[in-house]
Amino acid sequence: MKLYCLSGHPTLPCNVLKFKSTTVMLDCGLDMTSTLNFLPLPLVQSPRLSNLPGWSLKDGNAFLDKELKECSGHVFVDSVPEFCLPETELIDLSTVDVILISNYHCMMALPYITEHTGFTGTVYATEPTVQIGRLLMEELVNFIERVPKAQSASLWKNKDIQRLLPSPLKDAVEVSTWRRCYTMQEVNSALSKIQLVGYSQKIELFGAVQVTPLSSGYALGSSNWIIQSHYEKVSYVSGSSLLTTHPQPMDQASLKNSDVLILTGLTQIPTANPDGMVGEFCSNLALTVRNGGNVLVPCYPSGVIYDLLECLYQYIDSAGLSSIPFYFISPVANSSLEFSQIFAEWLCHNKQTKVYLPEPPFPHAELIQTNKLKHYPSIHGDFSNDFRQPCVVFTGHPSLRFGDVVHFMELWGKSSLNTVIFTEPDFSYLEALAPYQPLAMKCIYCPIDTRLNFIQVSKLLKEVQPLHVVCPEQYTQPPPAQSHRMDLMIDCQPPAMSYRRAEVLALPFKRRYEKIEIMPELADSLVPMEIKPGVSLATVSAVLHTKDNKHVLQPPPRPAQPTGGKKRKRASDDIPDCKVLKPLLSGSIPVDQFVQTLEKHGFSDIKVEDTAKGHIVLLQEAETLIQIEEDSTHIICDNDEMLRVRLRDLVLKFLQKF
Amino acid sequence: MPEIRVTPLGAGQDVGRSCILVSIAGKNVMLDCGMHMGFSDDRRFPDFSYITRSGRLTDFLDCVIISHFHLDHCGALPYFSEMVGYDGPIYMTQPTQAICPILLEDYRKIAVDKKGEANFFTSQMIKDCMKKVVAVHLHQTVQVDDELEIKAYYAGHVLGAAMFQIKVGSESVVYTGDYNMTPDRHLGAAWIDKCRPNLLITESTYATTIRDSKRCRERDFLKKVLIPVFALGRAQELCILLETFWERMDLKAPIYFSTGLTEKANHYYKLFIPWTNQKIRKTFVQRNMFEFKHIKAFDRAFADSPGPMVVFATPGMLHAGQSLQIFRKWAGNEKNMVIMPGYCVQGTVGHKILSGQRKLEMEGRQVLEVKMQVEYMSFSAHADAKGIMQLVGQAEPENVLLVHGEAKKMEFLKQKIEQEFRVSCYMPANGETVTLPTSPSIPVGVSLGLLKREMAQGLLPDAKKPRLLHGTLIMKDSNFRLVSSEQALKELGLAEHQLRFTCRVHLHDTRKEQETAVRVYSHLKSVLKDHCVQHLPDGSVTVESILIQAAAHSEDPGTKVLLVSWTYQDEELGSYLTSLLKKGLPQAS
Repeated sequence: MKLYCLSGHPTLPCNVLKFKSTTVMLDCGLDMTSTLNFLPLPLVQSPRLSNLPGWSLKDGNAFLDKELKECSGHVFVDSVPEFCLPETELIDLSTVDVILISNYHCMMALPYITEHTGFTGTVYATEPTVQIGRLLMEELVNFIERVPKAQSASLWKNKDIQRLLPSPLKDAVEVSTWRRCYTMQEVNSALSKIQLVGYSQKIELFGAVQVTPLSSGYALGSSNWIIQSHYEKVSYVSGSSLLTTHPQPMDQASLKNSDVLILTGLTQIPTANPDGMVGEFCSNLALTVRNGGNVLVPCYPSGVIYDLLECLYQYIDSAGLSSIPFYFISPVANSSLEFSQIFAEWLCHNKQTKVYLPEPPFPHAELIQTNKLKHYPSIHGDFSNDFRQPCVVFTGHPSLRFGDVVHFMELWGKSSLNTVIFTEPDFSYLEALAPYQPLAMKCIYCPIDTRLNFIQVSKLLKEVQPLHVVCPEQYTQPPPAQSHRMDLMIDCQPPAMSYRRAEVLALPFKRRYEKIEIMPELADSLVPMEIKPGVSLATVSAVLHTKDNKHVLQPPPRPAQPTGGKKRKRASDDIPDCKVLKPLLSGSIPVDQFVQTLEKHGFSDIKVEDTAKGHIVLLQEAETLIQIEEDSTHIICDNDEMLRVRLRDLVLKFLQKF
Repeated sequence: MPEIRVTPLGAGQDVGRSCILVSIAGKNVMLDCGMHMGFSDDRRFPDFSYITRSGRLTDFLDCVIISHFHLDHCGALPYFSEMVGYDGPIYMTQPTQAICPILLEDYRKIAVDKKGEANFFTSQMIKDCMKKVVAVHLHQTVQVDDELEIKAYYAGHVLGAAMFQIKVGSESVVYTGDYNMTPDRHLGAAWIDKCRPNLLITESTYATTIRDSKRCRERDFLKKVLIPVFALGRAQELCILLETFWERMDLKAPIYFSTGLTEKANHYYKLFIPWTNQKIRKTFVQRNMFEFKHIKAFDRAFADSPGPMVVFATPGMLHAGQSLQIFRKWAGNEKNMVIMPGYCVQGTVGHKILSGQRKLEMEGRQVLEVKMQVEYMSFSAHADAKGIMQLVGQAEPENVLLVHGEAKKMEFLKQKIEQEFRVSCYMPANGETVTLPTSPSIPVGVSLGLLKREMAQGLLPDAKKPRLLHGTLIMKDSNFRLVSSEQALKELGLAEHQLRFTCRVHLHDTRKEQETAVRVYSHLKSVLKDHCVQHLPDGSVTVESILIQAAAHSEDPGTKVLLVSWTYQDEELGSYLTSLLKKGLPQAS
């Protein structure tokens, strides 16, 4: 059993597990932090961005000034943003049989894998994961494609040149493998390879392995996966939450008794309490709006935004914000809000019971009905007519490099009345803001990451007791910025095995058993004998049939009746097949009873001599000698087959066969 | 001998009151718990005293499964759980769980408030009953207990309708409930994988019908009409049908829907979009098909207003309520029309007029003469004969059992299934038990070492020389493991008892012992081509692990004694060698 680690990002994993005869890819995360190295893509011409000075080397050499621009001491690539893909060289990806997706954030690299590596397998994911994943991809493609950029910089990626660049460009990894965004056509083709699954559904892979998605409590349709055979169990935990937000609660019990538990997708902000952050979010929002400023919330079009809208739904009236317009701007805003209402079966109990009334599970339906929340596909069109300030705008992308958020940053950045509140934990807010510096607007950092923290992890591990834990190397030491916080790492026994990008781990367990089916006819013919109280044995001689990785034992065929016709035999026909094994024997032979038995069967003139280890039984007439010891019997006789077979069968009566 | 037993308490050679008891591997499951629309006495509910006369139902039944929200499948549930008394789990899908209590309440109101029945279940009982419900998702494997598991498949009959697989170990039964194999305007087609159950219990409402395509039925559909429907289910399908037709043809005649229930009902459909068909799921963001423009709420006064109109009224079999009221009002005019869009149970007004009766005896000895046109158009989403055969083909069951149909039609389908699939087909009447012996194979763990040793000897079994796998089955509690004999001995702390034979074979040979050994070696080498024959430095000869030594005869120098020594495990070969050597050695050439 081996684990190929294709991504170094702990919350956007991509691992390949080789288990029995199957090759299973676990998630397909796309590391988008690479885009932070690029200049934002403005929706409308931005004089500020286009007038940024080109960057030149210390010696004044300015040959890179077309590709690299400088803004407040940071250097950015002036090009279409690119993403850091999972490793494609470590393992031949065309051999991957299936891809298991755990949540919609962890499938963003899917088109790169399914469309460009010769992959011919099946992808498994839940329906909400697919639908919302599609929305995220659609939004991403839309953001990038609607502002075509003529320039595509590549000079800076040259290894010799990259060395000369300032950090963080200098330290960016694998820049040569960075790729531009996929197209909608590739997205559709990739998604067409997905097969929908439900929680606790048992999916057979080639009869060898069974995979099962379990609710992970993190997002709509998010799942952990069990990959198991009858005797081995691997749990794959990715992006789980124990907090009560909108999704169905996490299924922990089914993770018990794992041989290996692969643990990824923990909270990226282990020191922040999500509940506290939500409170801070609300109060900062209210404060800004009361002072006549606007609030910008860079966000994904699905996920935490549902919870934020629900909080605001309860909060706005009491905070006196009922007249403030809330705008949700995304090419998929409408779809996201609509989809959220139809996945009742994937929601927490409270929301589920709402559909019995029948009422929409999320209160944002009411916000929309009462015109408090309005949604638009982009800032162009209807939005420009309806736009009123002060207001609150939810829009993407949280990296601040593309999407409508770029426009609002440019529009509102100069006024200290306005506030940008960061809630998504995927990007460092300081790095995200870097190309907009200097900024006058207030920046509030309220990262809301509901995924497991280290206290919850250690509780979970105590609860489910896996034999071995495997995790990204980042989780086996405290975060670099808080190196004294020994509590911010995984603590378990035996210590977790860690992996890093492009590493291959041999997982520490040995397979010992395999399931086999005994056909009823064969089972009927077995003769069990009780060896110890509660333990019975039966010797089995049977024909093994293996088909589709399933093993079946059938009764041995009856010896063929000698057929008539030609009787001529070749000598070799008589030679017995040495592969036909006889059972092993166990037990010991009580000499007195053995002699009695011999006498009963007509042997006379029997003499018994004692030896150091046992006895010798002499059949003088037959010139035969039987040495009997504790665990061996030796029959020495003349070449009289009849006699030998008679003696053999008498000895066997006293022994057990195995 | 393990067996599967099936007893219909309802829906045995009948439509209505679906309730089927299944016993499989010691587990007892009740499938559906319906009422009969054709009766208003004791016979409307299944006879639960059949299950147990004295004991509690909870002790006897491991679980109850409800296939969909139609009352002939769930109408007796509150009576069963609250009045007879059952506290175990009741499984159904989430849409069924949402809609079922509303229909039960509706049914209760008609029975108690309108008909004045006493000793009926109460609203509180419906609520208490629904508390025992556990929702299941499609394809989710629900572990009822350690051994019994159930799994739901999409059935396409109404919103949330499901087929269920009931499985214990390697034995399984599939119950279809009601299903439809052709997608319609709002639902998809039923689907099941090749799960090869021991038994498939299928409905057979339209056992003898092969339906034509739906298009031609729709063309001659629209006049001034009353359409009796049930509030949920076909009603939505017909609403979508009329809505799109009105839009396409730009028709102005009003369409009304009779009860307030419908608007609420449509809400359910909007919230359970994932249970509808592909097209609706794809387009619901742009346009939710369940928001109707042309269909308005009906007011009692409209029934007397002149001009054409289409009215959907509940219930669907004209046995009570508003549809019956409107029917009585309109029946006298031959220009009017009533369209029965679904199956009508015997005893209902719907069934009577469909079978041609034109003078109906109503309550209070009134006789109602029916002059209006009566049309039957099957819009109810049941599989037809073709569909049933298709499903049997999909699931590949070992046996088929028909329920939810009429005996005559079942007979026809039974023959067809037996001919085409060569499986046994049963059609028990209510209270009649079908017993199927099963022979489940026994799963055990085989040690990988033993399995690999066996597999390494070649993957393809040779039909002429079947290889045998030898091992020892260790049975400890319920843990069964098959291991090599050596491992079994070791695990049990037993020593092997070695049984060895040494045979003296006398050979006439005047040469020295060493030379005899060489002759023996070359002889065996030439005969036993497939075996490992070796001549060891100490002068002895081995064939595989059998040892042959040549010794001088103590009395006769012209005779040598060959000592052939083998263990019990080499019995065949040892025995063969002694007889071979007894024949003597070939003369040296």
